Amino acid sequence: MATSKLTSLAEAVSRFVPDGSLVVMGTALESLIPFAAGHEIIRQRKRGLTLIGPISDILFDQLIGAGCVHSVRAAWVGNVITGSGYNFRRAVETGAVDVEDHSNLTLALALRAGAMGVSFMPTRTALGSDLFKTNPSLKTIVCPFTGDTLTAVAAIVPDVAIVHVQRADEFGNAHAWGNLGVTREACLASRRVIVTAEEIVAPEVIRSDPNRVFTPGFRVSAVAHAPWGAHPSPVPGHYNRDHQAFLDYQQDSQTPEAFTAWQARWIEAAHHRDDYLALLGDRRMAELRLKQHALAEAVDYGY
Amino acid sequence: MDTEGEGRPYTRSELMVTAAAREIRDGDVVFVGMRLPLLGFQLAKSTHAPNAVGVYELGITRDSPAPEPIFTMGDLPNLYRAQWLADTADVMGLLQQGCVDVSFIGGAQVDRFGNLNTSYIGGIEPGKIETRLPGSGGACDLASLAKRHIIITAHERRRFVPRVDYITSPGYGDGPGWRERVGLPRGGPAAVITTLGVLRFDAETREMFLASIHPGVTVRQALDATGWPLRVAPDLPHTPEPTSAELAMLRRFDPQGFWTSS
Repeated sequence: MATSKLTSLAEAVSRFVPDGSLVVMGTALESLIPFAAGHEIIRQRKRGLTLIGPISDILFDQLIGAGCVHSVRAAWVGNVITGSGYNFRRAVETGAVDVEDHSNLTLALALRAGAMGVSFMPTRTALGSDLFKTNPSLKTIVCPFTGDTLTAVAAIVPDVAIVHVQRADEFGNAHAWGNLGVTREACLASRRVIVTAEEIVAPEVIRSDPNRVFTPGFRVSAVAHAPWGAHPSPVPGHYNRDHQAFLDYQQDSQTPEAFTAWQARWIEAAHHRDDYLALLGDRRMAELRLKQHALAEAVDYGY
Repeated sequence: MDTEGEGRPYTRSELMVTAAAREIRDGDVVFVGMRLPLLGFQLAKSTHAPNAVGVYELGITRDSPAPEPIFTMGDLPNLYRAQWLADTADVMGLLQQGCVDVSFIGGAQVDRFGNLNTSYIGGIEPGKIETRLPGSGGACDLASLAKRHIIITAHERRRFVPRVDYITSPGYGDGPGWRERVGLPRGGPAAVITTLGVLRFDAETREMFLASIHPGVTVRQALDATGWPLRVAPDLPHTPEPTSAELAMLRRFDPQGFWTSS
């Protein structure tokens, strides 16, 4: 019998995200961002993390503001709907956080190289750009077949990938749907994977549709049940993006003092995700729930 | 009866979105960026370019406008009845192969050769960084790999500089032949849509010039807001105004004026 990997979010973060870890998050870009897990990292006062991700929306900004982060390897850190991430800005301008500047494609390829077990991947992007000056993982090479100049992107092998998805079983097999960004590469490249899920379902549900599995369960270290675990980002099939939360966060992060107050209210005073959801309130959650369902046709995997 | 479009004059943002939409030709594969381009694609798709296909860096391809107004490309209506939901590397692969006709990006700083900076103002060393901006996202990829890209930005002297502090997204580098020399496979900026006008690039010198001016704006204003001696097209036309049909459509996509109220 396989062993259950189901655990609390607190236990998963405590065990599998030690200080100094290389952590990849926000792998579906604007959706399925593992905010509940990120907030637990802040609550447990993890330090010296390297955050890896294409665009993290405001999650990376929150972790930086809370003092968890040593460096960032990303294409973009900010607030998608408003622009700047103020904690990120302050931390980089004062030298408190180092940045390795990627593009979305170079970050995807760095993780794909990790996932493929090779040291780099070639691409034609970024040639002539200054990303090469602020990213030691990029170098130009000459293609041995064509003689073309190409960008070589060094592999990234994160210590842990943290992904939030729609449903998982207790053994780490899980389904994700919607736009998946770099989720597949990130999970395959990482030494460990933590899955947080809107629903924990019977293994038969996952087995019924293996095309929707984004990484094999045997690579997953922990599964945690986290309803609304991506709020304020959207989860296809569950809830919409909470635009107001992102607009509010612009004000709430403009100064270090404002951010401290935000952190006290939304993270420190919320000892558990249930407290966070209570703060959010039933009415707001009802507004975010899907209004229009759109089910796919079933497919036949028979033989 | 056009209750949405009548009576209310168009805003500058509505003019810019319309100008962006008109850069999309029917049948184009469009790599759609954040903010105003989201609306530009919806507008083009609903008016003169019904066969355009939109590609989004999150891993979305769609051939119909989203059924409801969206604020970001990740909003769930933008996934509904998509043509394809996939991985970032998949859609970036389409781009790298040369399948993308046109893309849209924004920028904090742009120079006379259309190089774009969305990363560092000042230097790159701690202590020399005046402002750290969010970074590339997909912009560097779009500027490197699309057949042509369109830049959308506010026209201010602090943004229109002779040489950007950092090239996040390559334009024409230092002039003719630069893209070929560094190994970029194709492309380059085709237009810069600003709050004052539309600028294009000289085919020989690769330098930006003022190609049209928005109604109500003077050439002097555009020259003063540009940090180098800007060349101006002979017989400078006005940027075409949005038609009432375009305005009505735009106001359906952005009913609260979130992106287009000013």
